[in-house]
Amino acid sequence: MEQLANLAPFVLLLPLCMFLVLGLFGNKMAHKTAGLLGTAVFGVTSVICYYIAINYFFSGNFQNGGTFEAVELFNMEWLRMTDTLCIHIGFLLDPLSAIMLIVISTVSLMVHIYSMGYMKEHDGTYDGGLQRFYAVLSLFSFAMLGLVIATNIFQMYIFWELVGVSSFLLISYYYYKPSAVRAAKKAFIVTRFADMFFLIGILILSYYTGTFDFDKLTLVNEGHVEIVNSTMRDITFCGFPIISIAVFLIFLGGAGKSAMFPLHIWLPDAMEGPTPASALIHAATMVVAGVYLVARLFPVYHFEAPHVLEIIAYIGAFTSIFAAIIACAQTDIKRVLAFSTISQIAYMMVALGVSGYGEAEGLGYTASIWHLFTHAMFKALLFMGAGAIIHAVHSNEMDDMGNLRKRMPITHITFLIACLAIAGIPPFSGFFSKDEILVAALENNKIAFAVEYFVAGLTAFYMFRLYYRIFWFGEPKDGYKHEPHEQSLVMTFPLMFLAGVTVISGICWMFGLLPFTHLISSDFTNYDIHTHWNVALPSIGAGVIGILIATFLFLEKTGRPNKAVSYFKRPYKWAVKKFYIDEVYLYVTNNIIFKRICQPIAWFDRHVIDGFMDLLAWITNKSSEEIKEVQSGYVQQYAWVFIIGVITIVICAI
Amino acid sequence: MNILSLFVIIPLIMMAVIFCINGENKKLIRSVMTIGGVALLAVSVITTIEYFKEHGADPTAAFYLQEQFMWYERFNIRYAVGIDGVSVAMLLLSSIIVLTGAIISYAIENKAKEYYLWFLMLSVGVYGFFISIDLFTMFIFYEVALIPMYLLIGLWGSGKKEYSAMKLTLMLMGGSAFLMMGIFGIYFNSVPEGCDPTFKLDEIAAHVTMLRQNSSDVDTSLIDWEYIFFPLTFIGFGVLGAMFPFHTWSPDGHASAPTAVSMLHAGVLMKLGGYGCFRVAMYLMPDAANDLAWIFIILTGISVVYGAFSACVQTDLKYINAYSSVSHCGLVLFALLMMNKTAMTGAILQMVSHGLMTALFFALIGIIYGKTHTRDIREMGGLMKIIPVLSVCYVIAGLASLGLPGLSGFVAEMTIFVGAFQNADTFHRVFVIFGCTSIVITAVYILRVVGKMLFGPIQNEHHKDITDANLYEKIAVFTLIAAIAAVGIRPLELSDMIKDGVNVISTILAK
Repeated sequence: MEQLANLAPFVLLLPLCMFLVLGLFGNKMAHKTAGLLGTAVFGVTSVICYYIAINYFFSGNFQNGGTFEAVELFNMEWLRMTDTLCIHIGFLLDPLSAIMLIVISTVSLMVHIYSMGYMKEHDGTYDGGLQRFYAVLSLFSFAMLGLVIATNIFQMYIFWELVGVSSFLLISYYYYKPSAVRAAKKAFIVTRFADMFFLIGILILSYYTGTFDFDKLTLVNEGHVEIVNSTMRDITFCGFPIISIAVFLIFLGGAGKSAMFPLHIWLPDAMEGPTPASALIHAATMVVAGVYLVARLFPVYHFEAPHVLEIIAYIGAFTSIFAAIIACAQTDIKRVLAFSTISQIAYMMVALGVSGYGEAEGLGYTASIWHLFTHAMFKALLFMGAGAIIHAVHSNEMDDMGNLRKRMPITHITFLIACLAIAGIPPFSGFFSKDEILVAALENNKIAFAVEYFVAGLTAFYMFRLYYRIFWFGEPKDGYKHEPHEQSLVMTFPLMFLAGVTVISGICWMFGLLPFTHLISSDFTNYDIHTHWNVALPSIGAGVIGILIATFLFLEKTGRPNKAVSYFKRPYKWAVKKFYIDEVYLYVTNNIIFKRICQPIAWFDRHVIDGFMDLLAWITNKSSEEIKEVQSGYVQQYAWVFIIGVITIVICAI
Repeated sequence: MNILSLFVIIPLIMMAVIFCINGENKKLIRSVMTIGGVALLAVSVITTIEYFKEHGADPTAAFYLQEQFMWYERFNIRYAVGIDGVSVAMLLLSSIIVLTGAIISYAIENKAKEYYLWFLMLSVGVYGFFISIDLFTMFIFYEVALIPMYLLIGLWGSGKKEYSAMKLTLMLMGGSAFLMMGIFGIYFNSVPEGCDPTFKLDEIAAHVTMLRQNSSDVDTSLIDWEYIFFPLTFIGFGVLGAMFPFHTWSPDGHASAPTAVSMLHAGVLMKLGGYGCFRVAMYLMPDAANDLAWIFIILTGISVVYGAFSACVQTDLKYINAYSSVSHCGLVLFALLMMNKTAMTGAILQMVSHGLMTALFFALIGIIYGKTHTRDIREMGGLMKIIPVLSVCYVIAGLASLGLPGLSGFVAEMTIFVGAFQNADTFHRVFVIFGCTSIVITAVYILRVVGKMLFGPIQNEHHKDITDANLYEKIAVFTLIAAIAAVGIRPLELSDMIKDGVNVISTILAK
């Protein structure tokens, strides 16, 4: 315990120092040095994270009769707000944060390594801003780690904003490209908009409960959250209990980061950033922050706001099918993956939405976090694989690819493993986590189950469409300008590593070597479950059907895809256009907010308010202009006025 | 002789020295300015240490390091100085900005000597205002700070400088006319039986408390004067704090002012407004403050959002920043009116934070303008590639402004929102949530500038060979960034110090 407490600050300090060092002195270093330094230091950070997490799970010191205890490794005062509300910066270690530490450090380390190869230009030199890239990568790792170990909701908000800004900086990495700048702005503003609700939610929650701390907020006692007492339950606003409103607003914050409909529009555009950044931030870690947030406050949702949880399930279900449909029609491989990410995160949200609390009731919770884990691994793998492909063919478009399986064998095999995992084919990890989500959904929410079941098939279809278009299908129309070839070991090692994780974690689960339910559950108590073959077999069936359809359409270059499209002309067009949500947003921001609010206000300010001030000055000026005639200097005139005045007074006197 | 008077004496000595130097010898003048600026910063640091010592010894006093002597016995006008946690924060802020402003002003070539003389005059006024605890002295220093503005903008400014200078001066003078009525109103009315009228703040506050106690059970009309003079005083200071609808001097004034003057004006002078509202209007007229706050909450709430929306469509960098100041300073007054300790602490933190980051903004805008000869964001683009240091600094300033954690803006805004939310009635809640929207709108206009001016392709071929910041500019800019980051990373001590200062007034208001 003490040893862990001594190590704990380094989890934050090392990446932060790296950010400062690379940010301030990076331009004095060679590109390679900066990359190696960043990777090495993050390697150390990962080792510490692993050490803490493994120690926590397996040393037995933190377990009490099958229940994991939450401990605060450190917790220092940062800002005192009111007498009761105080922001701390601390390290909360419990199963949830330990899992997240593993996820983040693994993916981030792989991305650090991968980037050394990916950011290299084709002539072997690096892009000018490599130090900047590693600096921001360190900043991101710092912020993301700080987010998951937060002891209180305000610390989480602090790091939440920091991950937002590092995401902004990474998307706009190619800042000279207008599209990248636009995407970065969009990502930041949309998530910021959601964060506003998060903030308001925090304000409400903290005002009524009098605390920011998670350990107080989530303390469960006899079927309700202890801190929420009955008077608080009676406080309502517009007919809704105030705590429900608060946690719903907090969920909206999470929905922004996790790209839930209708706040998902920023994520596909965020693919303008460098691919490693997409893999890390926009696939594996930052975008699941919303899931993490709901999981973190899960007891509050479950006991005090069950209806909100239900809404979350429906929003999740809708988002997952919505994004999956769009993914079927996209041709930019990174965008396909982006929509797939949206869909999969929504899956996790659904799992939380249908989950109960306590042991096997909380299966959805466990499944959600486990899916977060497996998804992070295989989605990062998919992105990095896509990066390797983009690096080889210099294009994001499917039309410029094809027949790459012989040319890039390692990428091909690892990509295939990831595709099988996400399609839910055993024994890969994705199958098991997805299966548990479906089991949980079947028990609690039949609609969500039906939707998710369909999405499982759809996922298999669009992933294998992607896979075949890249690795089979036939050469692109004009052939390749440069012959694509396999990437160097720096880039393929992370692929192989993550593929290994995907396979091994699946096999471990299958043979019961490391049941995930022994690591994490909604009340941190171990329980046992078995694979439910009555759900698993049909879901495998759905996956296989999806794969078969994709094989039929895309294995070789034929007229079949076009024919298939001609059956669904209208829906296909809508899916290609992403259901015109972007256009709606564009209309609202440009034509309503900008033209109908901002411009009139600016005009009003210049012409009415300022005009009034100018008018005052003008009146003063004009009236003195008029009055000055009186002071003409002509004695005769003064005499006249004098005499007339005297006469008037005399007459009045009489 | 008290250490506080040094804040007035050092600039005066500097003025005398510069007055004696030949105007051609710019190097010498600059070194005098720098040495003096450093000395002032040193004095403020020493004052802070002294304050902590005294505060440790007696944590309940209203003012520390007090000193006074009589100016005019008949009317009981004294030169009285003293500080509390709030003024210490303001003094530190002023010193940082005066020093960096002096360094940025190295670029002034035309009549540098006269420029610096007026610049110092402005500093005298600002420092004097923050250290005085006598209404009359305060008012004098207030006027001393305003007058040089006219000349500094009118002579060394750019664009429609005469118009802007006149507008700014007239509007602020109009404000001080209200203020004078307010001050005399307080002076003549805050006299319980058997006491002499006084200008000294803590004495007036004691008198007002006595009046309240006497009148509470007999006749409330005795304190009706507060209801006349509170609005006058609040608006008087509010004009300087850019409160809607009295803010229009700010965009024009800032746009025309030379760089360092903008820095000093937005960074420190506008804080006089917020500080005055807090120290004079609310401290001395608590009943009226409590009862009339709703009017000003509406006005300042409008300021916050209205300024932010206006900033979204401006194309001139200085206009954007001026409207952003309207929004941020609106938040200062807004938070003060929330009447509780946390929100008021947040207000003062916001003053510090806004002072630092707006000074940084104006410094950067000035430097960039000096190189590109345009402030129109549509004519610039891709500056990140050409002048990376300045661009990165601009991004940092922008992030501070939109409230990124780790920089000062976040600390201030969050303290304000948490504090403001402690008022549980619907009216306050609605306005707090209304105010919260500004964090999104701020992001919009900040990112718009960053995206247009710094990122993207290079717009103007002539901009390709401009050079990055020189050493002096870097020193000034980095100092400001360091201060912003320091407040943002370790806010605990500063916030606690301010809270101790606020405590006295928030207790009176809560009664």
